[in-house]
Amino acid sequence: MATNMKSTLFDPLFENNPIALQVLGICSALAVTTKMETALVMAAAVTLVTACSNFAVSLLRNMIPSSIRIIVQLTIIASLVIVADQVLKAYVYDISKQLSVFVGLIITNCILMGRAEGFAMQNPPVLSFVDGIGNGLGYSMVLVCVAFIRELLGSGKLLGHSLIPTVNEGGWYQPNGLMVTSAAAFFIIGIFIWALRSWKPYQIESDEA
Amino acid sequence: MSNPLDPEKLFGKGAPLERLYPLFEATETIVLTPGKVTRGASHVRDALDLKRMMITVVVALVPAILFGIYNIGYQAHWAIEHGAEPLDTWQTQLFQLIGLQLRSDSILSCFTHGLLYYLPVMIVTGAIGGNLEALFAIIRKHEINEGFLVTWMLFPLILPPTIPLWQVGLGIAFAVIIAKEIFGGTGMNILNVALAGRAFLFFAYPAQMSGDKVWIAADTRVDGVSGATALANAAVGGLQALQTGTVTWWDAFLGFIPGSVGETSTLAALLGAVVLIATGVGSWRIMAGVVLGTIFSSGLLNLIGSSTNAFFDVPFWWHMVLGGWAFGMVFMATDPVSAAHSLTGKYVYGFFIGLLVVLIRVVNPAYPEGMMLAILFMNLFAAFIDYWIVQANIKRRAARYAA
Repeated sequence: MATNMKSTLFDPLFENNPIALQVLGICSALAVTTKMETALVMAAAVTLVTACSNFAVSLLRNMIPSSIRIIVQLTIIASLVIVADQVLKAYVYDISKQLSVFVGLIITNCILMGRAEGFAMQNPPVLSFVDGIGNGLGYSMVLVCVAFIRELLGSGKLLGHSLIPTVNEGGWYQPNGLMVTSAAAFFIIGIFIWALRSWKPYQIESDEA
Repeated sequence: MSNPLDPEKLFGKGAPLERLYPLFEATETIVLTPGKVTRGASHVRDALDLKRMMITVVVALVPAILFGIYNIGYQAHWAIEHGAEPLDTWQTQLFQLIGLQLRSDSILSCFTHGLLYYLPVMIVTGAIGGNLEALFAIIRKHEINEGFLVTWMLFPLILPPTIPLWQVGLGIAFAVIIAKEIFGGTGMNILNVALAGRAFLFFAYPAQMSGDKVWIAADTRVDGVSGATALANAAVGGLQALQTGTVTWWDAFLGFIPGSVGETSTLAALLGAVVLIATGVGSWRIMAGVVLGTIFSSGLLNLIGSSTNAFFDVPFWWHMVLGGWAFGMVFMATDPVSAAHSLTGKYVYGFFIGLLVVLIRVVNPAYPEGMMLAILFMNLFAAFIDYWIVQANIKRRAARYAA
C-alpha cells in the first residue's frame, strides 16, 4: 500500500504527466503562463481542486448512479471551483483579476474530470486525494516550467523582479516578443514532451496503422 | 590495400571514429563520386540525386544573391547621398578603411559595401545551421542531408540587411531544430524551413524585422529620406502613393527598392524561375497558380474598392513587383517538400497562396507584407489538398464503374 501511495503521488510528475502524456489541460497551460505569478496561483488552485474533488467523488463513488455520474462529478467540481474562485478574490485580488475567466474555467479543465472519472470512481478516498495532489503537481510542474521560460525570455523578469535588464530599461537584453504570445507555450510544451519522450522512450505511441 | 589513412579504418564499422561517419560521408560525396552502389534488388536509376537537385536551386539563386548584395550597398549609398547618415557599425568603418567612396553610381563600391553586410549573415547561418544539422545526423546515425544547403542560401536573402547577427543565429537554429529536425529531418518538414525561421524572428523581434528603419543599411532618421518600403507606402497611400512616389514600376521590377536582401528584384527571381522550370526542379504549376490567384484576388479587391483603405486599388502588376512576392513564388512556394504533390493540387496550392498574399497585404492592417504568412499557411494545407484530390479521383472512378 505504501509503494502504491508513493507511485500514485509521484508517477504523474514524469511517468504519466497529465499535460505531456495524457495531453489534458493544455488550454490553461497556454493562457496563464506568461508570468510565474499567475502560473503558480493557477497551479495551486488546480492542485487543490483536483485533490478535493477526487476525494469527494471517491467518497460518493458507490452511491452515484452510473447513468448520471458525469453530472454528479461536475456538480462537485463546480462547487469546489466556486470556493477556489472566492478564496482567490478574497486573498489575492490582483492575481485573481489577471487570471480572470481561467479560474472559472478550471471546471472545464480536462484533468479534473479525467481523474474523477478515471481514478476516483474506482479507488478509495485517501488514495484518490493523493492521486489528485500528484496530478496537480504534474500539471503544476509543466505550468511553472513554461511560465519560467516565457517570463524570463519574454520580459527578462521572474515573479515580477527584473532579472536580466532589457534594452528598454537601459540593459542589454532584447526581449523575445514571441514568448509573450501563446504560440510560444505550444513550442515549449512540445519541446518538453520531446525531451521527456527521449528520456523515457516507452511513452512514444506506436504508429496507428 | 593497407593504407594507414584508409577512411574505412577510421570511420567504418567498429572503427574508433564510427560515430563521426556522417561527417566523413558528407565530405567524401561532396569532393568525390563514391564508388558505392545500391546493393538491394530495387533501386532508382537517376542521375539527379538530392545533391544535384539542391545545387540546381543554388544556381538559380545566384542572380538574386548577386543583385541582393549590390542592392544593399546601392540603397545605403542612395540614402546617404540624400541626407541620411552612415550607420555607426564596423561595416561602415571597414568600408571607409578600404578607401571606397559612398557613391550609388559605382557598382564596385555598392557591391563591396553590400558584401560587408551579406557575408557575416551568410557565415553565421551556415556555421550554426550546418553544425546543428551535423549534430543531429551524428546523434541519429544517418548521413548529413544536402537539404540544408538551400536553406542556408535562402535564409540570408529573406532577412533585412541590418539584422543583428545573434538574431540570425537564433532564427536559423529555430528553423533547423523546430521546423525540420523535430519532424525527422530533410524531406519530412511540414513548413518551409527558411520561412519558419523568418517567421520566428518576425514575431519574436518585430523591431528588427519590420517597420521602416531596417531595410536600408544607413541611418534614415533625418528628414527627406524615407526608409519605408514601397509596399509599406502602398499600404498607407494605395496606388496614388505608388504613382507619385520616387519608386517607378521598373525600379521595383529590377529591384532598386529597399527590402529584404534577396527579394527586391523581380527580374532576378524570374531568371531563377527560368532555371528551375527548365531543369524541372521547380514546379511551373505552382508558379502559375500563384500568378492566377494574385490576379484573381487583387482584381476582385480593385472591383470592390474601399473608401477607407487605399490599398484596395493597387493592381496586380504592382503586387507582383513589391515585397517578397516573386522571390517567395519562385523559391519558397515551389519547395517540393512542403508544397502539394499532386499535379492538380499544385494549381490549387499555388492559387490559394496568390489569393492569400493579397488578402493579407490589403485587408489586414497589421502586416503590409503577406507572402511569408501566405506560404506558411498553405504549407499546412498542402497535405489536405492532396488528400482531397485523391478522394475526388476515387469518387469519380467509382461513379464511372457504378454506371
